[in-house]
Amino acid sequence: MAEPLLSLRGVKTSIGRYHILHGVEFDVAEGGLTMLLGRNGAGKTTTLRTIMGLWRAAEGEIRFAGRDIAKLSTPDIARLGIAYVPESMAIFADLTVQENLILAARAGPPDQKRLDWIFARFEALKRFWHLPAGHLSGGQKQMLAVARAIVEPRRLLLIDEPTKGLAPAIIANMIAAFRELKDGESTLLVVEQNFAFARQLGDTVAVMDDGKVAHTGTMAAFGADAGLQQHLLGLGMGEHQ
Amino acid sequence: MKRDWIPLLLIPLLGVAAFPLVGSPASWVTLTVAGLAMGLMIFVMASGLTLTFGLMDVLNFGHGAFIAVGAFVAATVMLALGAWMQADSIWLNLAAFLPAILAAMVVSGALGLVFERVIVQPVYGQHLKQILVTTGGLIVAEQLLKLVWGPDQITLARPTALRGAFLIGDIAIEKYRLLAVVIGLLVFAALALTLSRTRIGLLIRAGVENGEMVEALGYRIRRLFVGVFVVGSALAGLGGAMWGLYQETVTAGIGAQVIVLVFIVIIIGGLGSVGGCFVGALLVGLTANYIGFLAPKVALGSNILLMALILLWRPQGLYPVAKR
Repeated sequence: MAEPLLSLRGVKTSIGRYHILHGVEFDVAEGGLTMLLGRNGAGKTTTLRTIMGLWRAAEGEIRFAGRDIAKLSTPDIARLGIAYVPESMAIFADLTVQENLILAARAGPPDQKRLDWIFARFEALKRFWHLPAGHLSGGQKQMLAVARAIVEPRRLLLIDEPTKGLAPAIIANMIAAFRELKDGESTLLVVEQNFAFARQLGDTVAVMDDGKVAHTGTMAAFGADAGLQQHLLGLGMGEHQ
Repeated sequence: MKRDWIPLLLIPLLGVAAFPLVGSPASWVTLTVAGLAMGLMIFVMASGLTLTFGLMDVLNFGHGAFIAVGAFVAATVMLALGAWMQADSIWLNLAAFLPAILAAMVVSGALGLVFERVIVQPVYGQHLKQILVTTGGLIVAEQLLKLVWGPDQITLARPTALRGAFLIGDIAIEKYRLLAVVIGLLVFAALALTLSRTRIGLLIRAGVENGEMVEALGYRIRRLFVGVFVVGSALAGLGGAMWGLYQETVTAGIGAQVIVLVFIVIIIGGLGSVGGCFVGALLVGLTANYIGFLAPKVALGSNILLMALILLWRPQGLYPVAKR
């Protein structure tokens, strides 16, 4: 069996006095999309931030492409080819859309073909190219946050709640973009509360509960197991679609 | 792009409001140029401080040390080249003045590098410790200045070419103040161009908003911060040199005296905003000069009053930076 692209073993993270992660363990295989699910407060965002080095793992091992990255600084982790889209989006509000993407393209000016591909999915970004990002709507900011992560090819995308507050039309574009990315150059690890979205896109799933991973497997199997969903996510029948 | 012009309009509005109160057009022009010169010198000293606060939330009360060191180093060079300073040739004057301000910037910048490494770096993210440690750094620097240059004030004579005033009818405009305006505007233009047209500038602006995200994009923000800290210290040195020559005396307490105005300016402008710092500095300079002329007894408190009024109107300053 091929070595996973990302592997977490016994990862524990504390924020101040609070122990948030209690030994997180899961693998993300190269290619495809893994959904990280769980109730609010289960530790999903902390897991992404710990992988990115924004919060330090007190214990445990985080391996990316065969290398332990738990002790690396955030810029060094990013330079290995990992991009992060936080839940807050963290776009640079005083910078224009163009300037946000220029900064995200570390290797040089953004590639025009790549930009055209992004504009085809997130048309508003082209329209508001010279507008300060702070003037964009919530959905447009989310598009920019995702665009910033994919403006250059990355091996692994960590995306925290990409559909939060988005209109259905934009979610459809997001799904299309993620599908193309996972079928092409990138592996995606996505935190999501919208189970319908997660079910459409996910190849595999890791479900967190109380700072640990309580279940891993294929999304197909998890999607078919209403009892497990009810147990781990608290989903009712109406939320399965 | 939508810009907020209202704070910028305050500058001409202040000038227009002062005109009938001052009465004499000649006095008004003289006061206005003096206010702009004072404001721009403060801007030069404050610009680095506002950026270092914006980038790393570092409250550096030791910034006054770079101002003082700049003033002393420039004074030393100018005194050593005294003959050229007093010569009737503008070229000889420049040959003394330019190396003096260059030396002030280099020494203050180098001191900034050491200060950042030794004093600031160990207290990243700890505001109370930053205040204590950097204030301590300022006190130590003041004592070291007295040790090196002696406790007495140094009297400085301006270069011959910068003495006196240009006379246009009844209006007298001091040559040195005009030079201070030109240098201040050049520094502002250089900073504005760097921040808006270069990748480093974009990184600084982005870092002021959200340093964590800049790191997540793969940039080492601490290196950027050290660079900004050194440039800010060098600019403080330049400002100190200009301020010393403006007052024609240099004392070990020069940094501590000016740092109050510097903090007022960066608070008025909005912590982290160079544009706000520019507008705030001009408002402080103009207010100090107009009030000093109209009501000398309240001049001392005029800048505090200005700060209070602006913060009542805009609690985050004139141009608040959108922080994460």
